[in-house]
Amino acid sequence: MTAIEVSGLRKAYGKHTVLDGIDLHVAEGSVFSLLGPNGAGKTTTVEILTTLQAPDAGRIVVGGHDLARDPQGVRGAIGVTGQFSAVDNILSGRKNLQLMADLRHMGKRAGRARVAELLERFDLVEAAGRPASTYSGGMRRRLDLAMTLVGTPRIIFLDEPTTGLDPRSRHTMWQSIRELVAAGTTIFLTTQYLEEADQLADRIALLNGGVLVAEGTPAELKRLVPGGHVRLQFSDPARLDVAAARFADGTRDDDALTLDVPGDGGVSSLRTLLDRLAHERVEPDGLAVHTPDLDDVFLALTATAPAPIKEKVR
Amino acid sequence: MTTTVLDSVTLFRRDMTHALRFPMMTISGIGTASFFLLLFVGVFGDALGADFLPGDGGHYVDYIAPGIILMAAGTGTAATAIKVNQDMQEGFIARLRTMSIARMSVLTGQVVGSLVRTILSVVLVVGVALALGFRPSATPLEYLAALGVFAMLTFALTWIAVAFGLATKTVAGANSLSLILQFLPLISSAFLPTDSMPAGVAWFAEHQPYTPIIETLRGLLMGSGIGASAWWAIGWCAVLATVGFFWSRALYNRPRGA
Repeated sequence: MTAIEVSGLRKAYGKHTVLDGIDLHVAEGSVFSLLGPNGAGKTTTVEILTTLQAPDAGRIVVGGHDLARDPQGVRGAIGVTGQFSAVDNILSGRKNLQLMADLRHMGKRAGRARVAELLERFDLVEAAGRPASTYSGGMRRRLDLAMTLVGTPRIIFLDEPTTGLDPRSRHTMWQSIRELVAAGTTIFLTTQYLEEADQLADRIALLNGGVLVAEGTPAELKRLVPGGHVRLQFSDPARLDVAAARFADGTRDDDALTLDVPGDGGVSSLRTLLDRLAHERVEPDGLAVHTPDLDDVFLALTATAPAPIKEKVR
Repeated sequence: MTTTVLDSVTLFRRDMTHALRFPMMTISGIGTASFFLLLFVGVFGDALGADFLPGDGGHYVDYIAPGIILMAAGTGTAATAIKVNQDMQEGFIARLRTMSIARMSVLTGQVVGSLVRTILSVVLVVGVALALGFRPSATPLEYLAALGVFAMLTFALTWIAVAFGLATKTVAGANSLSLILQFLPLISSAFLPTDSMPAGVAWFAEHQPYTPIIETLRGLLMGSGIGASAWWAIGWCAVLATVGFFWSRALYNRPRGA
C-alpha cells in the first residue's frame, strides 16, 4: 500500500525554481525522511503535500486522495507538525488539545477522553492547566505533536520536529515517533539532523537544488560514499611529510596536519595499519577511526549544487 | 453548512477565551473612545458647541456622542488586526489550514468574536456619555435601528481589520494600518458640522464613509434629519464588508511564503 505518491512535482517562485521534478513513493506504515541542506526545498515539499501551497505541476496522491481534486480528503487523512510549533500560546495545554478535538467534531465525551489520554502519553498532565506560553521548548513540541495526533491521522508530516531541542527532549520525541510507527502510522519526516534520519527512517531521500540526488535505505546511502578511513594526527609538517611519503594512498591536510589512510576501521585492518606504522617508523600523535555515516553521504552528494548526479539505489 | 457554523462557534469560543485573558486589549479599544468623549465634551465642549448649536438649548455632548459611539467600532479593530496577524505569524492559521475544517470558519469565528466584544464595549462608552449629560430622544424602534447601524459598521470594519491582519507581515504593521479605521472619524461630522470646516477638509469629511453613518445614527438617537444619509450608510457598510470579506478570503487562501 502507498501512503504518498508523487510524480513530476514542480514548483517555482517567479524565475526561481524550488522543486524541479520530484518523484516520491512512501509506503504505508513506513518512515520516510527527506534530507537536504537549508533552502533545498524540504519545507516547500511539505507545504505542497499538506495543501498549504499549490504545485505548478505534478500528480500527488496522499492517503488515497488526489491532492488537486480532493484537498479536503487529504486534510482529513493527515496531521502536520510544522517547523515552528503552532500552538495557541494563550490557551492551556488542555484547551489546545480540546480545540483540536472540537474541530474534529469528536463529541464531548470522546474528545475529553482523547485529550486526557494524550496529556498522559506526552507527560503533560501536570502542565495541562498552564498557558502554553509558559512551556519549555520540549513541552511545546510535545504539545504540538499531541495536537496533531488528536484526530488519529494515518499519515503524519513532521517538519524538523526536533530542531532546537536539547538531547533529552530529542530522544523523547524520537520515542514518540517510534511508538507512532509501531501503531502503523506513516511518517513523512524532514530533518537537518542526519542522525535523526539514520535512527528513524526506513527510507531517505536526499534533496538538493530542487531535485532528488539519492534515495534508499540508510545502509544503501552509506554505500554510496567511499568507505571509512583512519585519520592520523601529526604535530609538525615535517613528520606529516614523512608519513605522506610512506602512505601514498593517504589524503593529507596540511592545515590540520592530518593524513587520512583508507581502511574500514575493523580490528584486523587496524592492527595491520599499526604494524605498518611501526615498520615505517611513523609515529602519529593521535589516531581516529572514521566509519562512513550519513554526514559523509550528505556532504558528498550536496557539495556542489549545480549539475547533481542522479543516482538511485535499490 | 452545519460544520461551518460548528467550527465557527468553536473558534469564536477560542477568541472569547483570548479576550478574557487579555482584557486590557479589549478595554483599551473602549478607552480611546471614552477618552475622546471626555476630551471634547469636558475640555473643548463649551468653546466648540457654542459656535453652532442653536441658542443655549443644545448640549454639545448630544451632538458628539453618536460620533464617539461609532468611533468605538473603529477602535476595537486594532485588537482584531493584531490577533489575526499573530495567528498568522505563529503558524496557527497554517495549522488550521491543513485540517479538514470549514475553511472560512477561522475568520468568521474571529469576526463574530470582534462583533460581540465591540457591542459589549460600546455599552461603556454610552454609559460615559450618559454620565456627561447625553440625553437621546429615540423611540425603542429607533434604538433598535441605532444598534443595527452600529453592528453594520462594526461588521464591515472588522472584515477590513481581518484583511489588514492577514496582509501585514508584523503585529506593528497590523496595528498601524488599523489606525486608519480608528482615526478616520476625526475628519468627519463627528465633532463639528462639516460646513464649519475649510473647503478641502469639508469635501473629504462629507464624502468619507463615517459621515453618513454618523448622521444616520445621530438622526436615530437625537431626531436630527437623516435624509439620504441612511442609504449612503448602508451602501458604505456593504461595500466595506464585501471588500473586507473577499480580500480576507483571498489572503487567507494565499499560499504561505509566496
